Amino acid sequence: MDLNYSDEERAFQAEVRTFLSEKLPKEMSEKVRLGSGLNKADMEQWHGILNDKGWLAQNWPKEFGGAEWDAVQRHIFEEEASLANAPRIVPFGLGMLAPVLQKFGSKEQCDRWLPRILDGSDWWCQGYSEPGAGSDLASLKTKAVRDGDHYIVNGQKTWTTLGQHANMIFCLVRTDPDAKQQEGISFLLIDMDTPGIEVRPIILLDGTAEVNEVWFTDVKVPAENLVGEENKGWTYAKYLLTHERANIAGVGSSNAGLLAVKRMAQTELSGGKPLIENPHFAARIAQVEIDLMAMSLANLRIVSQAAKGGAPGLEASMLKVKGSIIRQEINDLARRAVGTYALPFASEAVEGTNEAPFGPEYAAPLAAQYFNNRKLSIFGGSNEVQRQIIAKTTLGAMR
Amino acid sequence: MNFELTEERQMLQDTLRRFLADKYDVKTRNTILDSESGMSADIWAQLAELGVLGALFGEDDGGFGGAGFDIAVVFEELGRAGVVEPILETCILGGGLVAALGNESQKVLLESVIGGETRLALAHGEPRSRYDLNRVETVFKDGKLSGHKSMVLGAPNADHIVISVRESGEVDSKEGISLFLVPVSELDMRVTPMMGGGMAADIYLDGLALSDDMRLGAAGAAYEHLENMQAAAITAICAQTLGGMENAMALTIEYLKTRKQFGIAIGQFQALQHRMSDMLIEMEQARSAVIGAAGYLEADVRLRDRYASAAKNLMGRAGRLVAEEAVQMHGGIAMTQEYELAHIAKRIIMADHMFGDTDHHLERFIALSAA
Repeated sequence: MDLNYSDEERAFQAEVRTFLSEKLPKEMSEKVRLGSGLNKADMEQWHGILNDKGWLAQNWPKEFGGAEWDAVQRHIFEEEASLANAPRIVPFGLGMLAPVLQKFGSKEQCDRWLPRILDGSDWWCQGYSEPGAGSDLASLKTKAVRDGDHYIVNGQKTWTTLGQHANMIFCLVRTDPDAKQQEGISFLLIDMDTPGIEVRPIILLDGTAEVNEVWFTDVKVPAENLVGEENKGWTYAKYLLTHERANIAGVGSSNAGLLAVKRMAQTELSGGKPLIENPHFAARIAQVEIDLMAMSLANLRIVSQAAKGGAPGLEASMLKVKGSIIRQEINDLARRAVGTYALPFASEAVEGTNEAPFGPEYAAPLAAQYFNNRKLSIFGGSNEVQRQIIAKTTLGAMR
Repeated sequence: MNFELTEERQMLQDTLRRFLADKYDVKTRNTILDSESGMSADIWAQLAELGVLGALFGEDDGGFGGAGFDIAVVFEELGRAGVVEPILETCILGGGLVAALGNESQKVLLESVIGGETRLALAHGEPRSRYDLNRVETVFKDGKLSGHKSMVLGAPNADHIVISVRESGEVDSKEGISLFLVPVSELDMRVTPMMGGGMAADIYLDGLALSDDMRLGAAGAAYEHLENMQAAAITAICAQTLGGMENAMALTIEYLKTRKQFGIAIGQFQALQHRMSDMLIEMEQARSAVIGAAGYLEADVRLRDRYASAAKNLMGRAGRLVAEEAVQMHGGIAMTQEYELAHIAKRIIMADHMFGDTDHHLERFIALSAA
């Protein structure tokens, strides 16, 4: 056993650090650090910078223009990028759709769509959840009926993250209403400009508009936009979910968050002394740091296994649960740290205008981030669903 | 021993609950939250009319209540409905101090407070004071004020503000703190809406001249009264949080019964049933904590403060559990601004940032227990 990176991995880490310090625009990392919300142009710019270096499609095979990093390299990048306050890569096209196309799509589909993901011509969003199909995704009702060389799509998707920026959506649709739930689902690529599609923003409790409802009314989709075989979509969806879970523990973001809390606690005062010297607050920080250290090692164990070709099973579910709890605990500490300056509703800070914040500059987004990150234990398969997976895998189908 | 409310308080509770159920629905509240002033003058007038403001003052001050259980009854209902109007700020903070310390001409204000024509606030906290009541760096010297008061709750809608200042002693000395009652038109403030609803302001005091007749109470002797005010404020905010938790609980129970996934109501999953039960158990603890704080509000100071700090600490923990679990069991829908629970959960959590948080009151409880 050796808990350290190999020489090659350390060299890679150094290369990533150099790249970030040279190429990550200062204004961008400041926005991320202060939680002041990135706009579409920011995210596209960061994608462009990574693409120029060949580091945008980190998990893609080289034949498709990817970096073909192994799990350890991806972990190193994620860790360094979080600490450098780099924007996160928008995952829908790069991390979710692309692996499905590469594995199940036709050559024509790969040739057509993958380069457009790389150069930013297309912004993809994910059409999975529906109002009645959340944790129970397979109960989805949006239907697609074959009509000559088209499908006609009707229904509604929801929680569509950054759908307001997207020009393309990949959807799970029901193509066989009579089959068993999982067996009548297909995977369809839909142009958001097609007549009959309406996108409405959902304002979240922190005032942000990052998710949307998407309605489909008699939307005509070319049959060539079906990925793989009809009624096999559930298989592809499950494959995609394993990719959605890469980086699921969010170790990088938790490390960066904890570091920020410690910095704040040196500035904030309690009883006239730095908050970090307050034994109760110090204990709270220590507790979450101990958990995070252990989870980082758990994450590395699984990452290193994956790099050798092993497929994470219930460990991914465990990391999702523990990782979300730790991240949420750090958000909770951060809002506590700033005392009464957590009170303002800082919609300006969230939307990125230039008005000065109340109190210290780091305080403005903290309450909003605390509330926003309640989503971490809800989306991508809620923690309840993950626990069910862990139990079922362990106990078998007990009845 | 008797844990029943008096008939008068039961009537107050019923009246207020019915009024708010009728007049303060989610749509009305969302309109108020979106408005410039962040409050409804119309609702304010009607609450005054109903006697809700008067119930928070003693008979000597023109009210008909003012005891711990009056405060608890009123704020539990306000919390249940997620009311954002600055009643705590006006009646408990500003009003409580004017009632305790005002001279005859200052106390004239209380009549118009109870009548709903005047609103008050208290400017006490500062950027470096966190939750310490004794740390006052704002200085009153040669007839002039200088300092910075932070996150003054209710200031944007107040007519008069009670301001704490240091006249002598070290920055954290309990002696040497005075209060002044200042018309809001004199003040330079920067206004913000708050995450949990309502408005606050930072107030910049740069050489503001005050006359001696604006002083509230004796020079340098305000600390004890700030502690009294804080005990009442804790009772109020804990009761408000309890009301919010009851609402969150009711919404969650209803959702568990009606939301179907995997072909059954999600309340049929035992894992969720047990977590719901834990929430209900903590709710009972919370209810007792509020009764403790209210019941000992008029008791001797040490007993009172032990119960107040115990309540604030317990509500911080139980409130967080109930708010977070209610959101989690609802899933995405509770993350949306227009759903009732979102606002209620935010109010429960943000209450921990007022009058000392969970940790602050844990430490205070330890100190009081050692004394």
